[in-house]
Amino acid sequence: MGVDLTRKGSRKLGESLIGTALFACAAFSTLVTVGVVVVLARESVAFFSEVSIVDFLTGTRWEPMFQEQHFGILPLVSGSLLVAGGAGLIALPIGILSAIFLSEYAGARLQAVLKPLLEILAGVPTVVYGYFALTFITPLLRLVFPGTDIFNAAAASIVVGLMIIPTVSSLSEDALRAVPRSLREAAYGLGATKLEVSTRVVVPAALSGIIASFILAISRAVGETMAVTIAAGNLPNLTLNPLESIQTMTAFIVQASMGDTPQGTLAYRTLFAVGMTLFLMTLGMNIVSQWVMARFREEYQ
Amino acid sequence: MRPGRAPLGASPSAFDRARRTKGRIFAFTCAAAAFVGVASLGALLVDVIADGASRLDLAFLTGFASRFPERSGIRAALAGSVWLLVLTALISFPLSVAAAIHLEEYAPRNWVTRAIQTNIANLAGVPSIVYGILGLALFVRGLRLERSVLSGALTLSLLVMPVIIMSAQEAIRAVPSTIREAAYGLGATRWQVVRGQVLPMAMPGILTGTILALSRAVGETAPLIMVGAVGFLAFTPQSVMDPFTVLPLQIYSWISRPQEEFQPLAAAGIIVLLALLLTMNAFAIVLRNRARSGG
Amino acid sequence: MTTIYDIEVGEEGPALETRDLSVFYGETMAVDHVSFRVPERSVVALIGPSGCGKSTLLRCFNRMNDLVRGARVEGAVEFHGQDLYAPTIDPVEVRRHIGMVFQKPNPFPKSIYDNVAFGPRINNFRGDEDALVEASLRRAALWDEVRDRLEESAYSLSGGQQQRLCIARTLAVTPEVLLMDEPASALDPIATQRIEELIYELKKDYTIVIVTHNMQQAARISDYTAFLYMGKLIEYGPTDSIFTNPREERTEAYVTGRFG
Repeated sequence: MGVDLTRKGSRKLGESLIGTALFACAAFSTLVTVGVVVVLARESVAFFSEVSIVDFLTGTRWEPMFQEQHFGILPLVSGSLLVAGGAGLIALPIGILSAIFLSEYAGARLQAVLKPLLEILAGVPTVVYGYFALTFITPLLRLVFPGTDIFNAAAASIVVGLMIIPTVSSLSEDALRAVPRSLREAAYGLGATKLEVSTRVVVPAALSGIIASFILAISRAVGETMAVTIAAGNLPNLTLNPLESIQTMTAFIVQASMGDTPQGTLAYRTLFAVGMTLFLMTLGMNIVSQWVMARFREEYQ
Repeated sequence: MRPGRAPLGASPSAFDRARRTKGRIFAFTCAAAAFVGVASLGALLVDVIADGASRLDLAFLTGFASRFPERSGIRAALAGSVWLLVLTALISFPLSVAAAIHLEEYAPRNWVTRAIQTNIANLAGVPSIVYGILGLALFVRGLRLERSVLSGALTLSLLVMPVIIMSAQEAIRAVPSTIREAAYGLGATRWQVVRGQVLPMAMPGILTGTILALSRAVGETAPLIMVGAVGFLAFTPQSVMDPFTVLPLQIYSWISRPQEEFQPLAAAGIIVLLALLLTMNAFAIVLRNRARSGG
Repeated sequence: MTTIYDIEVGEEGPALETRDLSVFYGETMAVDHVSFRVPERSVVALIGPSGCGKSTLLRCFNRMNDLVRGARVEGAVEFHGQDLYAPTIDPVEVRRHIGMVFQKPNPFPKSIYDNVAFGPRINNFRGDEDALVEASLRRAALWDEVRDRLEESAYSLSGGQQQRLCIARTLAVTPEVLLMDEPASALDPIATQRIEELIYELKKDYTIVIVTHNMQQAARISDYTAFLYMGKLIEYGPTDSIFTNPREERTEAYVTGRFG
């Protein structure tokens, strides 16, 4: 019986063309990363040929637009970290407690209401948070602390904190849910209360997942742009006082690009040097977060 | 029974009472925390509506931006946002779905695949403003696309692609392997399996992820400032090479005006923007629920 | 050690034959040097305890193991004398001639009609599609139950009907061999009986290799039975002699229910 089971050239060609095209689309994402790195690195290298990298990293004055220029990035980095730190103080406890509430306490119906609302909170554009900070949070702050600047780090911290609550709560909730039922049952079987089961068994078991969500949320806060540009001001200021006006790295990048900076000038390159710093900081945090998350998954799979 | 232990049902000891109180306080704290987010969302909406509702009318939707706040509208911004949304969808959707198909259905398990996958996860975490810098250097200056709708759409496409790819992968992974086996068993080629069975089943999930990602793109401001969208425009784009503005940027430009009279405009713009996003989200949620209930 | 249990295969030769076939999943050997022949238009049952390699062996006949990451095949599998693992062979083409029915009914989430028509469509079928769908459903003894509801979702059928739909779907590609991987294990006794009757009917036109856990089933429907244990083919021969007069002690222990 002669049955032809051999490969047909035409079909093989068609299939492999499709396969190649699909691969090209996936590989394209790698090009995007290469593009980011090349673009940032090229202009940054040019920047550092004019500005010493030591001055850049250790200088305490950021005055690129002044007659006598200073390129110490510390005020911008401290501005970013001040806002992100403040946001973390708000979002981390609230986020983890909401996660515990959603995974351990809330019934299905409450979850069905709360979770979409948190998703909406995460989906509100950052420019809207900026408006909210400026017209609602800042007046409130000035009521309590009359000396507060119109543009201040605290208002930005608070709205950025609100913005990253969903990141912390949803990723932490996933981590809490991944803790096997049997662990909870074992603790209940020993006569533990819900509080003890939650805080002494479930949270410790999910700790690496929770930490990963914290790091990711802080990384988002550092990269946040519009809310801080609107609410925190544009004054590079090496300070720890959240009631003062400051400038973050992201706000500087926006400010520098608003004016029509000509290509090839030092001012244009400043933008890339700051962008590179921001990129490396957030990338570092994201990688650490992914690494912690991967270790968490290994524990339970 | 050990000495010192009360029998079941006896009045609880001081220790047990304290334990119970602590439990209640903790439960209350958790519930309160969960409602902080909801409460602030409420406060935000009330703040915006109180400031902007009075300014919201047909003239606002159909008028162009103006030096005079009472005559200003969001026509150019709304048109720009729609242009950008459509173009971004057209560029990012096919590329992302193809990448997701490759990673889930075709890719061998080797270091190349792992590298691509890690890279996509990292791209999803890159701050949007960094995409703006890339767009500025690559599209606006490098490819000389200038400050056009196309530059904006390309930049936003790069921004949303990692998100769409990852959600599409999840949707494709959710298709049971028995369906693939059945199709392969009938002599389907890999592409026939994907095209005929896997994609149709995964499509609602893929669309949900795409709409959510695109709604994020519609709210983006920072990268579009970088690629040179302007805050003041008295015409709507007629082609992909025209200059443009978008809703969030128009809102930002009103917020940053020193004159008080522009604030209600910003609030009214925010109401329109939020309405647009909520519509998109609602649509995505309906699709997701339909996908979950099994079509 | 290689033993070929010789059975009558007629003048045309066997439909399927394996020679020294071994399958590995990574480092694990799932099938260990198996050699046997499947005569045309007969039913061969593969029995043995869980994990003995019977499903893996079955999946070699239409190269479904190609889809499992890390699976590797050594030795030969022949279909009418053609080596199915030769480099020129297209696994897609193989599956069009050697169809498969799976353990759990796995209809596509489409209409009953579209389920049956999917195979012919991807095979560029140019004839009368309606007639082919009807004929396939009739052969699978499902036509009378679904003739008025062809456009309804396949998920509206009962488990037993779904499995017969899957058989119809496989028949629509007009294969010559049917591989069945515990096709009735997820079904109730009445649905199981209908599947068994169907297999008995189909044997007139098709060569059938069936994996089963159920020894009564093997005894009822098969002409030849192969007993596998830990990847090795322990014994192979006409079904009555395997069940009534096994040569190997392990076979006897298994068929009499002393282990497995």
